[in-house]
Amino acid sequence: MITLSNVTKIYKAKSGTVTAVDNVSLHIREGEIFGIIGYSGAGKSSLIRMLNGLEKATSGQVIVAGRDMANIKGRELRKARQEIGMIFQHFNLLWSRTVRENIAFPLEIAGVPKKERLKRVDELIKLVGLEGRENAYPSQLSGGQKQRVGIARALANNPKVLLCDEATSALDPQTTDSILDLLVDINKRLGLTIVLITHEMHVIRKICDRVAVMESGKIVEEGEVLRVFRKPEQPITKRFVQQVTEPEETKETISHLLEKYPQGRVIQLTFVGDAAEQPLMTNIIRKFNVSVNIVQGKISQTHQGAYGVLFIHIDGTEEEMDKVIDYIRQQQVEAEVMTNVE
Amino acid sequence: MWSNLLPNVQWEKIWAATAETLYMTGISVLATFVLGIILGLLLFLTSKGNIWENKLANTMIAAFVNIFRSIPFIILIILLIPFTKLIVGTILGAEAALPALIIGAAPFYARMVEIALREIDKGVIEAAKSMGATTSTIIFKVLLPESMPALVSGITVTAIALVGYTAMAGVVGAGGLGNLAYLEGFQRNHNDVTFVATVLILIIVFVIQFIGDFVTSKIDKR
Repeated sequence: MITLSNVTKIYKAKSGTVTAVDNVSLHIREGEIFGIIGYSGAGKSSLIRMLNGLEKATSGQVIVAGRDMANIKGRELRKARQEIGMIFQHFNLLWSRTVRENIAFPLEIAGVPKKERLKRVDELIKLVGLEGRENAYPSQLSGGQKQRVGIARALANNPKVLLCDEATSALDPQTTDSILDLLVDINKRLGLTIVLITHEMHVIRKICDRVAVMESGKIVEEGEVLRVFRKPEQPITKRFVQQVTEPEETKETISHLLEKYPQGRVIQLTFVGDAAEQPLMTNIIRKFNVSVNIVQGKISQTHQGAYGVLFIHIDGTEEEMDKVIDYIRQQQVEAEVMTNVE
Repeated sequence: MWSNLLPNVQWEKIWAATAETLYMTGISVLATFVLGIILGLLLFLTSKGNIWENKLANTMIAAFVNIFRSIPFIILIILLIPFTKLIVGTILGAEAALPALIIGAAPFYARMVEIALREIDKGVIEAAKSMGATTSTIIFKVLLPESMPALVSGITVTAIALVGYTAMAGVVGAGGLGNLAYLEGFQRNHNDVTFVATVLILIIVFVIQFIGDFVTSKIDKR
C-alpha cells in the first residue's frame, strides 16, 4: 500500500541544512496498523507529511496507493489527498463550523452533492459515536470528542490510508484508550491501512501490528510489535519498551534487591503469547534446588497477543542457578540476569 | 422649545447632511471591506511560509499599503484631486469624497485583515490541504470564515475612523455633517449647529460600535 524507497528530506535553514529524514526505505502493507515511534525531532513528523505530500521529499520515492506523492502536484495531488485521511494532535477543526459541518468539509471539497453529504455525515457520526452532538461547535466538545470529529472528517471520503499525527498525545490516558479502540475498530471494519506516529510506546503496544523506531532521521529498528517487545535490539528501542513494561520504581527495587541479596541472582523473564501460560515457576521449584522469590510482574496486552515481564530472585548454588537459566531459555522465555542497574 | 434652545438649527439641512454622512460612510465602508480583504489576503498569502510565498510581491504590496496608510487624510484628499476628477468628474459633493475615503481606509483595514489571518491556526490550513482543498476553497471556506470575528471587529474600528474622515472631507466640500459644522457652525459662529452635528456624529459612532460588537459576538463560536 505504501512504499518508501531511499527517501531523504533536507531543510535549508540559515545556519545550514538539516536532514530531517535520512535515506529511509519502508514498506507498509495494506490493512495493517503501522506505528512509527521516536522522540521529538527524530523526523517522524516530516516522514508522515511526505505520505500525503504536505512535505515534498528532497530525493527518493514515496508511493502511496499507487501514486508517487513526491512527484505529483496540482489537481492530481489534490485527488490523491482525498484518498488519504489525516488526523492531528491538536485536532485542527474549524471552530466556525459545527460537528456536522466540519465532517462535511472534505465532502464539499470532493464535490459531493448536498443530499449525499448529509447522509454520509450521519453515517460517520454514528461510526465515531457522536450521536446527539451534531450541532455542537468544537469549543463545546471535550478533547476526545474533538478527535472523534477529526477521525470522522478524515474518513469522509472513504480513504485507503489514514495518517495519525500524534493523534492521542494531547489526550488523557482514558480518552487515549477510547480513541485507540476506535482506530482498531475502524481498521477492522473498513480494512483501512493506518500509519501513526507517536512518542508513546503504549500506543504502539495497544494497536500496532508493526513498528519502526526512528532516531535522527533514520529508521533504526523495524518489525512485528511482539518481536520488538520481546527482543529490542537498539538501545533506543529498549528505552521505549521500558516505557510500558517497567515502571520507574522497578530499577530502584532491583538495585535494592541486589544490595539486599548479594548472593543469588535477579532475573528478568520475558514471556510472549503461549509461553505466558506454562507453569514455569512451579517447574523451577520442583526441578531445581533453588529458592524463588517473585519481585515484580506485569502482563501487557499487545494488538497481537499477550506479553509479560516478570522479575524473580533465585538463590542456590552457582551450578544450580545456571541450570535454572538454561531451563528457562529452553521454554522459549527470554531470561536476562540483572547485574548492575545504573 | 427646540427653536429657542437651538436658534440657528435648520432641521432639513441637518437631516440632509446626516444622510450625506451616512451615504459616504456606508459606501466607503463597503468598498473598504472588500478592497481591504483583497489586499490583506494578498499580504498574508505572499508572506513567508504561505501558499503564494513571493518576497517581491509581498514587499510591493506592503510598500503600497504603508504609503497610503501613512499619508495624513487631509493631504491625501488634496493629492487625489486629479484622480477624483478623472473618475467622478467633480471634486465637490459626497460622491467626490469616496475615492479618497476608500484609498485612505482600505490599506489601514488591509493590515488588520493580515493580522486577523495570521491569527488562524496553521494546523487548520494544513488540515484543509491534507483534504485536497484548492487555494480558493482554503480562502473562502477556511481563512475568511475562521477570521470573521476579527474581520468584523476590524471593520467596526475602520468604519468609525471613516466617520471621522467624512467630517474632514466635509471641510473641503464633500458635504455631510462635517461640512455643515464647518460652514454653518464655525464660519458663521453658530455653535448650536456645531453641537447638533457633533451629537449626531456621536450617535452614528455608537450605533456602528453596537452593531459591530453584536455581530462579532454572534459569529464568534470559539
